[in-house]
Amino acid sequence: MENNLENTFLKFDNFGHSLTSTAYRLQLKSPQDIRDAYKLARQSGVTMTARGAGRSYNDAALNGGGIVMDLSAMNRILSWNKDTGQVVCEPGVTLEQLWQHTFSDGWWPPVVSGTMKTTLGGCLAANIHGKNNFQMGPIGEHVLEFSALLPSGAALTCSPKRNSDLFYGMISGLGMLGIFTSITLQMKRIYSGRLEVRAWPTSNLQNHLDSLLEYASEYDYIVGWMDTTVRGRGLGRGQIHAARYLGPGEDPDTERYLLLRNQTLPARLFGIMPKSILHHLMRPFVNNLGWSLVNNIKYLSALRRHTFLQSHAAFHFLLDYIPDWERSYGRYGLIQYQSFLPKETAELAWGEMLQMSHRSGVPAFLGVTKRHRPDKFLLTHAVDGFSLAMDFKVTRGNRAKLARLLETFDRIVLQAGGRFYFAKNSETTQASTHQFLGSQTLSKFHRLKKRCDPEEILESDLYRRVFK
Amino acid sequence: MSAQKTHPSKSAGHFRATPLQPRRRGIIIGASGGIGSALALRLGREGYDLALVGRNRAPLSKLSKEIVHIQPRINSYTYIHDVTDYTAVPSLLKKIVAELGGLDLVVYVSGVNLPPGLNNYYFAGDREMVEVNLIGAMAWLDPIAAMFQSAKAGQIVAISSVAGDRGRVGNPGYNASKAGLTTYLEALRNRLTRYGVHVLTVKPGFVRTEMLKAAPRVMFPISPNKAAQDIWKAIRSRKQQIYTPALWGLIMFVVRNIPSVIFRRMSF
Repeated sequence: MENNLENTFLKFDNFGHSLTSTAYRLQLKSPQDIRDAYKLARQSGVTMTARGAGRSYNDAALNGGGIVMDLSAMNRILSWNKDTGQVVCEPGVTLEQLWQHTFSDGWWPPVVSGTMKTTLGGCLAANIHGKNNFQMGPIGEHVLEFSALLPSGAALTCSPKRNSDLFYGMISGLGMLGIFTSITLQMKRIYSGRLEVRAWPTSNLQNHLDSLLEYASEYDYIVGWMDTTVRGRGLGRGQIHAARYLGPGEDPDTERYLLLRNQTLPARLFGIMPKSILHHLMRPFVNNLGWSLVNNIKYLSALRRHTFLQSHAAFHFLLDYIPDWERSYGRYGLIQYQSFLPKETAELAWGEMLQMSHRSGVPAFLGVTKRHRPDKFLLTHAVDGFSLAMDFKVTRGNRAKLARLLETFDRIVLQAGGRFYFAKNSETTQASTHQFLGSQTLSKFHRLKKRCDPEEILESDLYRRVFK
Repeated sequence: MSAQKTHPSKSAGHFRATPLQPRRRGIIIGASGGIGSALALRLGREGYDLALVGRNRAPLSKLSKEIVHIQPRINSYTYIHDVTDYTAVPSLLKKIVAELGGLDLVVYVSGVNLPPGLNNYYFAGDREMVEVNLIGAMAWLDPIAAMFQSAKAGQIVAISSVAGDRGRVGNPGYNASKAGLTTYLEALRNRLTRYGVHVLTVKPGFVRTEMLKAAPRVMFPISPNKAAQDIWKAIRSRKQQIYTPALWGLIMFVVRNIPSVIFRRMSF
């Protein structure tokens, strides 16, 4: 195996195509393969990290000059109980595979990301959240148990009761403590294939955050779109989408919408234009002027308040609606900056950050807001408050400016008692990480690392960058 | 593994790549002096993270410190290695690539010139020249070519010589080693261009280095810095082959076309 490593040297990148990293790829199919990989890493003195679908905006699944363990082929659904809603999956199973497997039986994943291409292993490692975080918490809270292989050689089963320190450490642990081999997840019962969605505009930042705060409790999901390019009185204006599950018998068309084929995202726009070419057409607009125009049009169309029924897939997987949308950002890709702020400090901090981004000439093109609550996982990113995710286009010329801007953002967020999310923020420094996690959490993480992986076989670009 | 992680000698803190601070990484084999050192300084100035490989610790450490002094925002590592220690290459290469965090560019500079004298034949010297100039290059560039081919990216540069263009009376072993290197690089280029990998053959004339002291006659000598400047330009513009200084392109065009019947009688 070792002699062939050279022939597996490949270029990997992040979801935003803004960071490339070359590494040796091992394609693993079974727990035994993982054991062999540990052995190989030990012999060759090279570190390893796990990779699923590569949907992180950050460098958790990159390991420049080391080994990347591709687990995407470890993607069997091992068992499914449609009475209890408990599903056992290998780590490479994607959310897409999962919901399509359980949907017609009336079950939906309790927490999903904005794209369905993510793998469960990656979802647990980052401890993803959805638009229902304020109520359902992160995905880790719905994991009944998981099995994992540690570099130390141990094969463990962890649950909130059993090996609970590792349960709360490995979920959110960024793949640095061990590799999941099977994951048992509790699915959520649904009675209709559709959600009742209500949409309304928000006129400014204060109004936007108030809406999130006030209406979250009335709905199962809530998410905001923020026009991050607008200045002045409308600063932070946008639109809220809130949705609730339909109860038994509420949907007149239950039978029809519980069919899988009525959940698929349309492949064509207006029935004619194939969406696979859309990202090319978007490209000319993905610049400061063009996108400000797009945001203005979007805001105008958002002024209409309305309530409608929408399929689960269409409501949740916005990022899959335009295939390869991230390619429209051009050669240097995009980065996402997501900050989590307590509800008391969010308005002031984000107001300042939005204005700053305008003044420095690098406005974010897209802003997405959510409502959150804290959780018990070790490297948690959640707070009792909100998150704002901003997408920035990277160009050859704006890198230095953008880096300076985000440095200032970090200071503002930390001062406001905020947190960051390792699946997203690629520029978070070691110092920022230390400050938001705190020394107690960090030393606990390092103790677990020492126990599970004393030889430091598991390392990613992210780990070396912010933890080591 | 922990033993492998100790840095042989590191002159800078770690700078890590992010989307807003991307990094380029290069290995220079034969960095202790001459063209190798000059090119290391040039690449360091351009922002490359560097692995400096050479036989002698002292000049390497000095060079590494100098580079980091000029360009404080790069990582520079040094590795002590003799290019004829072929079996050590695979594991050393893995270690270097891991420490650099990837690889974009490799430059093979190592070379020796041991003229036997006009009427002498000296096998030990010929053998050493072939071992350092050609087989050492193969030991390093074969695995790197495999990696770059697989990754569909990368740049390979090696310092051959005008001496590889013709066999002359003065130094058959040196001519053969450099001719072999030139042909090896051409073959790599023909294999790798289709994978988006760039291969550059550099053919210097006379460069004022340690090696020049062995040369009986010197024409149009240039400084190592001038050679490094030419090489850097060729790396940037992805040229396939350069003579440095460029004048040698013209000279060697003539020399390559001298009929053997005349060339045999020349003392050149």
